[in-house]
Amino acid sequence: MSAPSPIAQSAPAPAELREVHGPSALGGGPRRFFDLLWLMSATEFKRVYFGTVFGYLWSLVRPLMLFGVLLFVFTQVFKVGSSLHNYPVLLLLGIVQYTFFQEATTSAVTSVVGQEGVVRKTQFPRLVIPLATVLTAFFNFCLNLVVVFAFILAWGVEPMWTWLLFPVAVAALFVLTAAVSMILSVLFVRFRDVAIIWTVLAQVLFYATPILYPLGLEDFLSETVENLLMLNPLAVIFEQVRVWMLESSAPSPAEAAGGALHLLPALAIYVGVCAFAVWIFNREAPRVAEEL
Amino acid sequence: MASEETVLEPSRVQSDPAGGSRPAIVVEDLHKSFRIPTNRVDSLKERAVRPFAPREYRELHALDGVSFEIRQGEFFGIVGRNGSGKSTLLKLLASIYRADGGRIRIAGRLAPFIELGVGFNHDLTARENVVLNGVMMGLTPAEMRRRLDPVIEFAELEDFADLKLKNYSSGMLVRLAFAVMMEADADVLLIDEVLAVGDAAFQQKCADAFHEMKAAGKTIVLVTHDMATVEQYCHRAMLIADGRIQHIGEPGEVGREYLRLNFEGGDASKLTSGTKDLRLDGLWLENAAGERVENLERGEELVIRGSLEVLRETPGVRVGFTLIDENGHGVFQFGTGTDEDGPGLGPGDRVAIDSRVENLLTPGRYFLHFGAQRYPDPKATVLHVERALGFHVFGGAPSQGVVELPHATELEVEGRG
Repeated sequence: MSAPSPIAQSAPAPAELREVHGPSALGGGPRRFFDLLWLMSATEFKRVYFGTVFGYLWSLVRPLMLFGVLLFVFTQVFKVGSSLHNYPVLLLLGIVQYTFFQEATTSAVTSVVGQEGVVRKTQFPRLVIPLATVLTAFFNFCLNLVVVFAFILAWGVEPMWTWLLFPVAVAALFVLTAAVSMILSVLFVRFRDVAIIWTVLAQVLFYATPILYPLGLEDFLSETVENLLMLNPLAVIFEQVRVWMLESSAPSPAEAAGGALHLLPALAIYVGVCAFAVWIFNREAPRVAEEL
Repeated sequence: MASEETVLEPSRVQSDPAGGSRPAIVVEDLHKSFRIPTNRVDSLKERAVRPFAPREYRELHALDGVSFEIRQGEFFGIVGRNGSGKSTLLKLLASIYRADGGRIRIAGRLAPFIELGVGFNHDLTARENVVLNGVMMGLTPAEMRRRLDPVIEFAELEDFADLKLKNYSSGMLVRLAFAVMMEADADVLLIDEVLAVGDAAFQQKCADAFHEMKAAGKTIVLVTHDMATVEQYCHRAMLIADGRIQHIGEPGEVGREYLRLNFEGGDASKLTSGTKDLRLDGLWLENAAGERVENLERGEELVIRGSLEVLRETPGVRVGFTLIDENGHGVFQFGTGTDEDGPGLGPGDRVAIDSRVENLLTPGRYFLHFGAQRYPDPKATVLHVERALGFHVFGGAPSQGVVELPHATELEVEGRG
């Protein structure tokens, strides 16, 4: 029994008394917060994608399958897509972006409740939990983007300087996804129907975002519908990505909304969702352990 | 409820083994209550259907004005029965719950765990989990990777470091968790009933590690309902009941207080009567070395010790026990004899109980009913405590029946065919 003791033989530093405020969203200092966030999302990502035989391939198969089916339906059956040369790339880009949003938010819903042991038995910065699921989905998204990018080049889209702006759109999407995830994860602790409501809402949002149907086509969507669609922050982001990445001639979000001023409601919704997320998470975080 | 005079203010506590050192934990007037909905509204529909229906709550005061101070380098025990508020207190100290009122101040880094192995991801290997757990305790990933080998070595899991935790045995898990906790090098440790982990050799190692931590000036708060552990390790202990501090002080004293609390009311399963004349002040089992034990090895002599307080003048007292098995069936009765001359006792006198029984019991759970009488006055049982003491007999193969009576059974070949 000669194993060395692991206890560091440092002299006990005279520590000062500090007040303990109980659990919080960030609790335990920013360094610990980011260390934990990184470690949790990275290990989860590794677990999912290196634990299975074909690993990462599986996560690619799902959006690609959806893409294949939708491409067939909307070019061969409904002919919506056939009038637009770039329709397949637009569809793929849209699907990959929406897959990130949906994957992150749906897994975030049950994340806090799923980590019950950690929440109830350790002092753990609560915000790490939903954010880690978003980050895990984000890693996946980044890998998918590589495939999408290869596809864009293969399709023969001319490189544009606006490609450099793509990270801005991705950042906007990430922040919105994180905000929605925070709201859902903490509401689910109190109201278990949030999970069901969200699966339905996510479905609705998919159709309320111009993914299947391009904007600005002659005789396709009325101006009113396009204006209404631009109330959805996701639609604004997706449309901007289309302009920056694929066709500079496509209607910009401002044009689709019928004037830059008409984008204000979408901006207000975006900011409102983020502010609400911060507020409700801060309010609920200290009590999560008791509500579980 | 224990009597009010046993409540001590922290300032009045004299025993302070870590004398004069700085405080590590200061708790002032801590309050915490839980709102227990009498009718839990769990879905939006219920809210929507009756939006203005009053939400009914029952307030449960888990902690009701608790103040104490723990000094650096102290090994501090918190004891109390189930529901006394001790776990709530621990969770407040660990920042898992937020207090409703009062103040907690802690010096140095706290290991934010109240249970071993929390936060282990069973799909990851031991190495990955050690790093993850270390980061939860506030170390950086790089720092924890450096300390990985000593942790694995301490846990004696060198051959299994790259095995996923789902393939670990429970003993291995606990060893790993304990090793991480020791390695995390926190200044203050909160521990909830974990001293009895692993096999005997590992337990010895844990005990050594605890002694080293004590020597290194770490502060350890141990929450338990096992008085033996408290008396073995702690410098000082605190008894809580009903969300209030009943007693703070020397562990042995707290232990006696705890036993008294256990036997006097509070628990409906323990029927006590006739406390006007006599009071049972504690009842426990001892081993051959005179240490308190909760369980006995098969065949180990049953030594029952206790203390009675006389409240009314009497020529003498007589005590009796009924041993019952876990199904409530009586095994046998024993007690003091019927000598005629009592010693003559007055109010405030104490009588020590010492009863020894040869242990013929088979492994299982047993209880003792306790009875005491003023003597000679055989008419009425003045004190009766149902299930005053419970214990396990362990070891050996299970057997039919409750006792193994001495026997001689032999076979002899009578004739060959």
